[in-house]
Amino acid sequence: MIAFRPGVEAMIPALRRYARALARDPDIADDLVQDTLVRALRSEKLFVGGDLRSWLYTILTNLNRNRRRSLARQPQFSPLVENAPDASGTEAESRDIARALATLQEDQRAVLLLVMLEGMSYREVADIQGVPIGTVMSRLARARAHVKNSLEGMRPSLRRVK
Amino acid sequence: MTEPHIPVTEDELHAYVDGELPAERTAAVEAWLATHPEDAERVEAWRAMGQALHARYGNVLDEGVPKRLELDHLVKAPRRWIFGAVAATLLAFIVGGGVGWSVRSVSAAPADPLELLRREAITAHKLYIGEVRHPIEVAATEAHLLPWLSRRVGTTLRAPDLASFDLKLLGGRLLPGITAPAALFMYENPAGERVTLYATPLKTATSGFIYKEDNRVALVEWVADNYGYAISGPADKPRLKGIARASYEQMEKR
Repeated sequence: MIAFRPGVEAMIPALRRYARALARDPDIADDLVQDTLVRALRSEKLFVGGDLRSWLYTILTNLNRNRRRSLARQPQFSPLVENAPDASGTEAESRDIARALATLQEDQRAVLLLVMLEGMSYREVADIQGVPIGTVMSRLARARAHVKNSLEGMRPSLRRVK
Repeated sequence: MTEPHIPVTEDELHAYVDGELPAERTAAVEAWLATHPEDAERVEAWRAMGQALHARYGNVLDEGVPKRLELDHLVKAPRRWIFGAVAATLLAFIVGGGVGWSVRSVSAAPADPLELLRREAITAHKLYIGEVRHPIEVAATEAHLLPWLSRRVGTTLRAPDLASFDLKLLGGRLLPGITAPAALFMYENPAGERVTLYATPLKTATSGFIYKEDNRVALVEWVADNYGYAISGPADKPRLKGIARASYEQMEKR
């Protein structure tokens, strides 16, 4: 087993990537990662082996769910224009994917990102979300259909006119 | 052996893209895609989606880790107040307070006490579980937590021990309540899932456990000896009822 702290440390870049896509706002994303790390360190003695990676993703996913629930009570403000500089990819395309993600329901977004961005297995995602694999698969299917539709809707030239 | 005659399911198409398809079905799925252009187009779109995600977020991996996320820093320094967090907290208080207030004034007509209890408890639950830095007012480690809340709420309060549900008491806070002050205890499991116990004086008939679900958050409420109680947490009926029953039993033993 990899030692606890180096194991956690090695996960920070990937946790930041996941949080960035999940929360969109880079500062909120790092807040989530910071709180995940603080919790992980606090529970260091409780961690008796097992999958450190899944455990960290579970904490982050739960924290974000708590955050969203509390935000859900607030009036919806129109989201800020994405102004993070894009180092790669065509800018228009990556804005599209970010916007499409934003319209997803919370649990579906998490599944999509855990599978497609973080390369988790269905089994791991099921453990992280505490649901059966069938639920993971239906969330994934719905998320993909939704993102596909909204990406197509953003490109009017591809709309079929009949 | 391949089984090309078993029809390919939607789940298999996803599994194919995600590398989760059993090897013996690969040939069948590929044969299917060759003859079903609409499915082939979907599979292609999903792959492109994956590439777009990596193009958009992949570069985060190459960014330097900011100082505030370095483990040494997190261990040594007490966590700093971060502007965003402060602003978010204030906003939550102002907006949350505002919503609570308007609900209170609109519902001037006498409502069902259990309905009021439910509304107050779930509102407090949703507001405070989202607080990363200040979910509670007084920590469980402080000896005056229970005497203080008991005095304000007007009964001898006990914070039930929910260790058998993997829940640890973080602490509590005082809230305005329905007709008198209310106490809110917050519990957390190692994975960060939070459950709250709400308690307030409530003059109405004793009731059994009532389970209500609201968009994946749920609560179990009950009334005993002119006090209303509610356990709120992630929607999971058997678990929440178990927690409510354990809390009730522990609080009755006094």
